[in-house]
Amino acid sequence: MRKRWIIFASLLIMSLLVSACSGSSQKGEKGEEGKSEIKEMSVRINSDPDFLDPHKAEASLTFRMMLNVFEGLFNPSPDGSVEPAIAEKYQVSDDGLVYTFTLRDEVKFHNGDPVTVKDVKYSFDRLMGTGTGQPLSSDFVNVEAVETPDDKTVVMKLKKPDSTFIYRLTAEQAAIIPESNDANQNTKPIGTGSFKFVEYNPENNLIIEKNKDYWKKDVPYLDKVTFVFQSDNQSALLSLQGGQLDLTDIPAHQKAEVEKNFTIIEQENNSVFLLGFNNEKKPFSDLKVRQAINYAINKDEIIEGAFSGYATKLGSNLSPIMGKYYKKGLEDYYPANVEKAKQLLAEAGYPDGFKTTLTISSHAELYSDAAQIAVEQLKKVGITAEIKVVEWAKWLEDVYGKRDYEMTMIDFTGKLDPYKILSRYVSTNKSSNLMNFNNAEFDKLMADVVLETDEAKQIAMYQQAQEILTKQAAAVFIADYKTLWGMNPKVEGFKSYPIFYMDMAHMKPKQ
Amino acid sequence: MKRKKINLNLLVGCFVLLFFLVTMVVSFFYTPYDVNAIAVSNKLQAPSSAHWFGTDPFGRDILSRIMAGTQTAFFVGSVVTLIGVVFGTLIGGFAGYVGGWLDEIIMRAIDALMAFPGIILAIMIVAVFGTGTLNTAIALGILATPGIARIARSGFIQNKQLEYVSAAKSIGVHPLKIIFREILPNIYSPLIVAASVAFAIALLAEASLSYLGLGVQPPDPSLGRMLKESQEYLTTSPWFTLAPGITITLLVLGFYMLSNGIRDLTDHRSK
Amino acid sequence: MTYVVRRFLLLVVTLIFISVITFLVFQILPGDPVRTMLGPDADEAQVETLKQQLGLDQPGHVQYLHLVEGFFQGDMGDSIRFSRPVTGLIMERLPITLSLAVISLIIVILVTIPLGIFSAKREKKWSDFFLSSFTQLGMAVPTFFVGMVLILFIGMSFQFFTTGGYVPWSESITGAIGSLILPALTIALPQIAISFRYVRNAILEQSKLDYVRTARGKGVSEAIVIYKHVLRNSLIPVVTVFGLILAEVIAGTIVVEQVFSLPGIGRLLITAVSYRDFPVVQGIVLYIALVVVVINFIVDILYAVLDPRIRLKS
Repeated sequence: MRKRWIIFASLLIMSLLVSACSGSSQKGEKGEEGKSEIKEMSVRINSDPDFLDPHKAEASLTFRMMLNVFEGLFNPSPDGSVEPAIAEKYQVSDDGLVYTFTLRDEVKFHNGDPVTVKDVKYSFDRLMGTGTGQPLSSDFVNVEAVETPDDKTVVMKLKKPDSTFIYRLTAEQAAIIPESNDANQNTKPIGTGSFKFVEYNPENNLIIEKNKDYWKKDVPYLDKVTFVFQSDNQSALLSLQGGQLDLTDIPAHQKAEVEKNFTIIEQENNSVFLLGFNNEKKPFSDLKVRQAINYAINKDEIIEGAFSGYATKLGSNLSPIMGKYYKKGLEDYYPANVEKAKQLLAEAGYPDGFKTTLTISSHAELYSDAAQIAVEQLKKVGITAEIKVVEWAKWLEDVYGKRDYEMTMIDFTGKLDPYKILSRYVSTNKSSNLMNFNNAEFDKLMADVVLETDEAKQIAMYQQAQEILTKQAAAVFIADYKTLWGMNPKVEGFKSYPIFYMDMAHMKPKQ
Repeated sequence: MKRKKINLNLLVGCFVLLFFLVTMVVSFFYTPYDVNAIAVSNKLQAPSSAHWFGTDPFGRDILSRIMAGTQTAFFVGSVVTLIGVVFGTLIGGFAGYVGGWLDEIIMRAIDALMAFPGIILAIMIVAVFGTGTLNTAIALGILATPGIARIARSGFIQNKQLEYVSAAKSIGVHPLKIIFREILPNIYSPLIVAASVAFAIALLAEASLSYLGLGVQPPDPSLGRMLKESQEYLTTSPWFTLAPGITITLLVLGFYMLSNGIRDLTDHRSK
Repeated sequence: MTYVVRRFLLLVVTLIFISVITFLVFQILPGDPVRTMLGPDADEAQVETLKQQLGLDQPGHVQYLHLVEGFFQGDMGDSIRFSRPVTGLIMERLPITLSLAVISLIIVILVTIPLGIFSAKREKKWSDFFLSSFTQLGMAVPTFFVGMVLILFIGMSFQFFTTGGYVPWSESITGAIGSLILPALTIALPQIAISFRYVRNAILEQSKLDYVRTARGKGVSEAIVIYKHVLRNSLIPVVTVFGLILAEVIAGTIVVEQVFSLPGIGRLLITAVSYRDFPVVQGIVLYIALVVVVINFIVDILYAVLDPRIRLKS
């Protein structure tokens, strides 16, 4: 009697195996049929969005997806400038205090309603907390008033001139959303972008579909895009090879495995990966110590070891991607030089080096990779740095919030606006000045550049600011690493932006 | 008559552990290469006569790191076992000896702790106290305590009822003396078995925690962390995964065999 | 009946105990959910407003009491990280973790019982020794190492297996099995090793008892002796072991979900801890404790069913 049971079990296993084999052949066929004309794409994103409501969201990964759904008065463009979107044109008064925007005709929200001046005013009021006292952004504290003289015009009055103002009008900082969706914006977001939000399944995926009424008539090509959340590189790579994904970033060392069958795209990130020190704390308050560490660190070795060579060496807190604003020639201001470093340490009163800690976050392998290399390099000049790995939440609280650290590593993601990037080092900017950098000359430059209206002069000032950061050795500015994308070879139209934006509107089947 | 059975478990277990103990001791004085020295140009070399187990993505010698990794493994295992045995015996022994409602309360708390997947507790303990080798060991030690407490308790309950204990009680021997002098030596062997199992489980748990990024942190070489680091190189450099993976397995196997060997030994004696 | 009431009260006490511990742990944990979500670009004004809107500006115990209050109305609260109800989040993932646990348990049972009988019959023979050593090896391998090796040698070679990601049952049954079988095997392996020894020893003990000898002496066929008498009477220790194993299996899913990128309860828990999402952590922890306690309860009931001599008492 019991024998029958065993026979039954083995039959069950066998039938499973049979269905397994038939299952695999079906999958192959379906895959090939589906790929003849690509109308849908699956794109891997490392982790979930913070908020779907664009005014609440801040994480760059969120905007990598959601800039397809939302637009501001302006949109980012691949060269790092901004181009008119919901605003068709704009004018600035001579004193730089009054911005007048004319709205584009025929821009509609995803719910079918046209974008009105009321919606624009509502969006800015919501960001600034006008009336509610609950601001969602401090980017617009300089705005005196938002007025709507007629149904096509929005006028924004500033308290003082600000040369960087229009950079803040993209969806990343000021998405235009409909007033009618106020309560549901975080669950059913509505925007004006080329794709509509469909659904979000936590830790699984976020789906968007074509906006047929998009004001740019020729885009998008795709009907549907699924952003798949996958934190593990190995699984993502397997999914790409298995056809479940069409686009994913891949670790640089795995390029060789992917390049035979997939299109590889190298994207500059516009981020700044650095080894920072607490400029207020001893011994880092001493310029010579900071310079010594700059000489001790061999950036090329870190680029090779942590990024497999796929990174652009930096010399200050700005990436070459920023084009005209970038100050060339600072990358090798402190060439790797153990002797020089030792000499500077001796001059600073530390002939035998010192002991310190390097606090890093555990949320990305990148930090522990680079930290291990840096610690070995520091050892050569006599500095013993102990690596302290903490959770991201703890890093943000202790290191970023309380500045309770000696040395740390962080990758600052890029912005369109050079002011926003460099203002981290302004001494009065307490909340984001991670390095506690304090330099009067730098502060003055940054205060002046905001008021400067002449572009050539602005550029010169930004370049000078970068030079100060390098000469004062505010941190060891290591590299802007490249993201390598592996893409389905049947697709083309990948566009690179200097911010985290995966522009799906121009993706189309390869001709 | 049957010939005397060789205690193969004990023999092999001891041999394996001795081998790793020697490796660990040697690693304090000598490793083929500097454990942490980075040579990026030499990265991901396949096993060769120069690097028996190959090199990792930073060009570090994997054999040297595994040798040093046994230090971490033995350290974590020892701390966990020590915490588990000391507190487990104290708590379990107390509950078993005293009995009554105190015993009931303690055992309910232990049941509640055991009803809870250990890894979750470990995650929370590590989140509170921070990551690092010692903290990992303490977290895992706390986890090992309830299991050992149960074993100690049942041993105490069994022995408490035996004549020699009641005899000692009746002539007024101090309870503490009864516990340490009389009962403890009699439940020695199940505790030794429990301890070596705890050691084995600690090694596995440390590896799991390090794999989740919550255990031992760089640059301390840990076998579990090496496995995690190797995951992305699985297809291109399988030796990077296999070397630490097989080392952990052998090490844990050694402790399991040791515990089975001791159990066989005492079983035979009691017969 | 009093037994059931007693058990139920014990369950409630256990859950309260665990809930309070989780809360206290979260009071000590450094880090703030809103800041952790927004990252280093967070705007101070934004952080303050969001905290107010999410009710996180209130003191910890007020938030906790609020959550407990919701509990009694059947509401586990909303996730901070995902801005949606905790119950829904857990329910979405339950099929994955549950399928994983059930498949692993089936594998364990299918392998262990025949193997245990086989090994017990050949006590002190080489095949028995080999099996015993082999199972010790099974216990000694770290689960995630098994998982990685399975991905490397099996997952990559056969299209059938989805390595990394989950195919829902509703989409394709073979697809779901393909995405779950390797992780389930990974969880099952060490458990097979543990339960195999129990089954073997239980059967060995039984088969040395008098009634078995008598049965054999009477000329009852070996198969009937084993399956009808020995196996049935060995079931009590075996059921105990499977009860214990299920708790281990649930714990195993946490690591294995990470190795195979399965969006199950374990992954949700790890995310929730790292983002300081207290409502979610609380929900999951209570949920797992509930499941484990209920399983122990079922195991106790099974004892009584299998052996009428055992009375249900504390």
